[in-house]
Amino acid sequence: MSGRRLPKGGLIARDRLLRFEFDGKKFEGFAGDTLASALLGSGVSLVGRSFKYHRPRGILSAGCEEPNALVELRDGARLEPNTRATVAELYEGLRARSQNRWPSLGFDLGAINSLLSPIFVAGFYYKTFMWPARWWEKLYEPLIRRAAGLGRLGHEADPDGYEKSHLFCDVLVIGAGPAGLAAALAAGRSGARVVLCDEDFLPGGRLNGERMEVNGEAGSSFAAKAVAQLRAMPEVTLLTRTTLFGVYDGNTFGALERLADHKPVPHPGEVRHRYWKIVARRTVLSSGAMERPLVFDGNDRPGVMLSSAVRSYLNRFGVTPGRRAVVYTTCDDGWRSAFDLIGAGVEVAALIDARSDVVDSLLTEAKRHDLPVYRGSEVVGTHGRLRLSAISMREAGGRSRRISADLLSMCGGYNPNIALSTHLGSRPQWDADLDAFTAGTLPAGMAIVGAAAGEFTLAGALKHGAAAGLEAVRALGFSATSAPKFSVEEEVPASNKLMVAPHGGAKAFVDFQNDVTRADIELAAREGFRGAEHLKRYTTLGMATDQGKTSALNGHALMAAFTGRATADLGTIGSRPPYTPVAIGALAGAHRGSMYRPVRLTPGHEWARAAGASFVESGEWLRAQWFNAPGDKDWFDSVVREVKGVRSSAGICDVSTLGKIDVQGGDAAVFLDRIYANLISTLPTGKVRYGLMLREDGMVFDDGTAARFAENHFVLSTTTANASRVMQHLEFARQVLWPALDVQLSSVTDQWAQFAVAGPRSREVLAEVLKDAFDCSNAAFPYLGCAQFAWRGRTARLYRVSFSGELAYEIAVPAGAAEECLEALKQAGAPFDLIPYGLEALGVMRIEKGHAAGGELNGTTTARDLGLGKLMSGKKDYIGRVLAERPGLIDPNRAVLVGVKPVNAASRLYAGAHFVARGTAPTLENDQGFVSSVGYSPSLGHWIGLGFLNRGASRLGERMLAHDPVRSGDTEIEITTPCFYDPDGERLRS
Amino acid sequence: MRIRCPYCGERDLSEFAYWGDGGYVRPDPHAHDPEFAYYTAVYLRDNPAGAHAEFWYHGIGCRSWLKVTRDTVSHRILGVEFAGARR
Repeated sequence: MSGRRLPKGGLIARDRLLRFEFDGKKFEGFAGDTLASALLGSGVSLVGRSFKYHRPRGILSAGCEEPNALVELRDGARLEPNTRATVAELYEGLRARSQNRWPSLGFDLGAINSLLSPIFVAGFYYKTFMWPARWWEKLYEPLIRRAAGLGRLGHEADPDGYEKSHLFCDVLVIGAGPAGLAAALAAGRSGARVVLCDEDFLPGGRLNGERMEVNGEAGSSFAAKAVAQLRAMPEVTLLTRTTLFGVYDGNTFGALERLADHKPVPHPGEVRHRYWKIVARRTVLSSGAMERPLVFDGNDRPGVMLSSAVRSYLNRFGVTPGRRAVVYTTCDDGWRSAFDLIGAGVEVAALIDARSDVVDSLLTEAKRHDLPVYRGSEVVGTHGRLRLSAISMREAGGRSRRISADLLSMCGGYNPNIALSTHLGSRPQWDADLDAFTAGTLPAGMAIVGAAAGEFTLAGALKHGAAAGLEAVRALGFSATSAPKFSVEEEVPASNKLMVAPHGGAKAFVDFQNDVTRADIELAAREGFRGAEHLKRYTTLGMATDQGKTSALNGHALMAAFTGRATADLGTIGSRPPYTPVAIGALAGAHRGSMYRPVRLTPGHEWARAAGASFVESGEWLRAQWFNAPGDKDWFDSVVREVKGVRSSAGICDVSTLGKIDVQGGDAAVFLDRIYANLISTLPTGKVRYGLMLREDGMVFDDGTAARFAENHFVLSTTTANASRVMQHLEFARQVLWPALDVQLSSVTDQWAQFAVAGPRSREVLAEVLKDAFDCSNAAFPYLGCAQFAWRGRTARLYRVSFSGELAYEIAVPAGAAEECLEALKQAGAPFDLIPYGLEALGVMRIEKGHAAGGELNGTTTARDLGLGKLMSGKKDYIGRVLAERPGLIDPNRAVLVGVKPVNAASRLYAGAHFVARGTAPTLENDQGFVSSVGYSPSLGHWIGLGFLNRGASRLGERMLAHDPVRSGDTEIEITTPCFYDPDGERLRS
Repeated sequence: MRIRCPYCGERDLSEFAYWGDGGYVRPDPHAHDPEFAYYTAVYLRDNPAGAHAEFWYHGIGCRSWLKVTRDTVSHRILGVEFAGARR
């Protein structure tokens, strides 16, 4: 026999029946149940198999610390493994499956591991699979992966929605048990903004699990009333089903609100989880305590349960986990379970207390119930196949006794739940009176109260919680009245003695989730491991989903005992975020797929779309990659057609994504001289100049242009990729390096739409568009001119610059006039077969001209490497000047920019291929450089490329191999100058 | 982490970009042995456990460069000021 639903009692809605399935069998529970309570109420006690030995496991706890009852919840895309049944809220139609068993939970072949347990000892990975090394990948790892591990992942995309939200408050109260409720009430009454969050769906903490009274009524009723009061306070936010999972620097906290996990599926449009980033001025940590299991042989058998969990199932869920119980305890609190079980009509066959001295009041009450009490006694074993049927004990006198029972309630005292106090690195401290670790130095602004602070009595928790809430708001300047008062029966603080398991071996489990036993810890100690951190790595104690919530202290105390030290001296391990597992989807929020990051569209985007553009991501931008025209078979056709169109007549290209920075001030020219390697101050008004920026380490940072519109007014252009970094760099120079200079900066990238108009007929197109607004003839506006004028009532800017190598202009208009400008260009260009061209054609034409771009400005190249050494001014200081002269950067053997063409004109080139001399092996020693950019040149009729070759400038005409082991193999190439097209620049000046 | 920008007020870490050692001073290019001075300034950095002045850029904000004094052990921010003199 096993657990059952009690005829009455509990905080469940008995009029709301919920049907659910576990391993395909149908069961019923009630609204207010967890999956665990509903299973126990249905008589199910075996719910899983253990990680390593596949031992039958049941339900240990009634909270988030559960190491055993992990199940797969839901199906298909919503399948979620390793869900703790103890916190999974029951809903209609819930379907769960046990994990880590084959073929069935009751008959699991993997349980043979249990017989092999002598070889699965601590460190067995390190010991067993050492040799031969090549067996590791092929044999050992797949074998281990299949046999061990917990649940399986779903392999479909997550269909649910997630979101992130920010929350600011004066006081954050973590945990809505008695201390937390009291703190929130005290703080909330002052009018401060209070956030109270609790992981449970029913706030109240132990008030819901114990038979204690507050203000003369049941604790659960008091909790419900407190919650109603808090909900009525306009500045109080109560977040239930919300786990505060991380404490971060600067009073920032991460919390996960589960909005739809208690429903079959989220409502349409409803998010499943919300990730709260909470910023709180003060924090009250009222996270309660966690009960310590006792370590003895067979303590993992289904039916062995923490005593606090026994009371939660009895009192909160109206379920008894067994029909004949034995209570085993090392401290007073365990006795409560015996009395609560008796009160619920459950037979308690024995109370076994490891202590000889027990307070008289407990003995008196036991006598009143005719409860057989064994003092100074121990449980030494359990019996039963898939669940508990009896226990073996050893009495004080040494006599052994076997008692039949299907429930063993165990209590080894409590550990204050201080996990969140350690997230910022504070070390827990040993409290000898409490026999537990308590919080060390708390994060600034945090107070810790109630059981989390070792205050285990209800009266104390309420009182200290209220005081901390009051103190928090007073410290923030709120005029708070007195703290709320609660009338509670005073208790004598109970003993909380830690018993370090004196007996037990390979079946005495310390860490249930990782199957770490007392024997494993003994072995680790024998093999020389001493520290808590080493113990964790060697035995896996405290790893996986529960992160040692129930196992850490027992394990560390045992290690201390085995090495002859005090637990205090061994120390323990601080915890890290997240406190409990957090779905990756919640951390991503809405930022996935197309919403992964913001997308920037140029003002000409819609026009380009209508013109047939295919777009490509370029940083945050979407840029037209090419334009699909009738007759184009593929993108290659489009690009070839676009290049030919520009070179033979005219084309337009959206270059709005280039960074544009407006620089003004009396010292603007001086400032830019220090920013660029070349001279800018000598630039006449109405002219534009290529500009090269170095980093202070001497490497090239970015290139672009500087246009001078007035004595003290420049407009810079940067590459698309570096736009924001250049702005940051300029601001650093302005604010930090040379704050005395009179110069102001403004990013105007988004304010201007800019279009390149390129090709031999571009002037005619532009003249038709500008008409009387501006004279763009070669005489009036020669190469490298810039001008600002009014066009159709708007300000327009014109630059005579060329990236394509053709006669070309860039016209800039306010962003709102982009489409008007494009339409005007299109109409004016119709007689010249003007075409729009995209990023690919732009790239091909710049390679034909040998212009450096992203592939060449890679952060490791110098101005000299790029053939731009002559730009480095000797007449002034500028960023990067000094270190650009380092011996390594002026080494004549450095790889410098060259052009590459295939010897066989039909061969294709690939970027990334490495240069090696013909007849040499493609090794690192023989590597002479690499290809950085390639493209098919319609102008030349074959592939061309740019690259960096050792001493490249003196090796023109040399034939080598471009070695590409992953795509094309070796291609014979010839080294050329980087400029393949119109090397004298006659076309762009025409 | 939160940084109290002297111009914008306290803002989330995500608005800022970290640059590095706030003790960086661009050497005088005309000084004796400028190469060594620049090498030292650009590459050699103290990595103290404790209070450390750092440059931060409030890029998604006022674009101010800030000098943040931060305890590298506790991550506590001890002070924030504008990195340069303000005009």
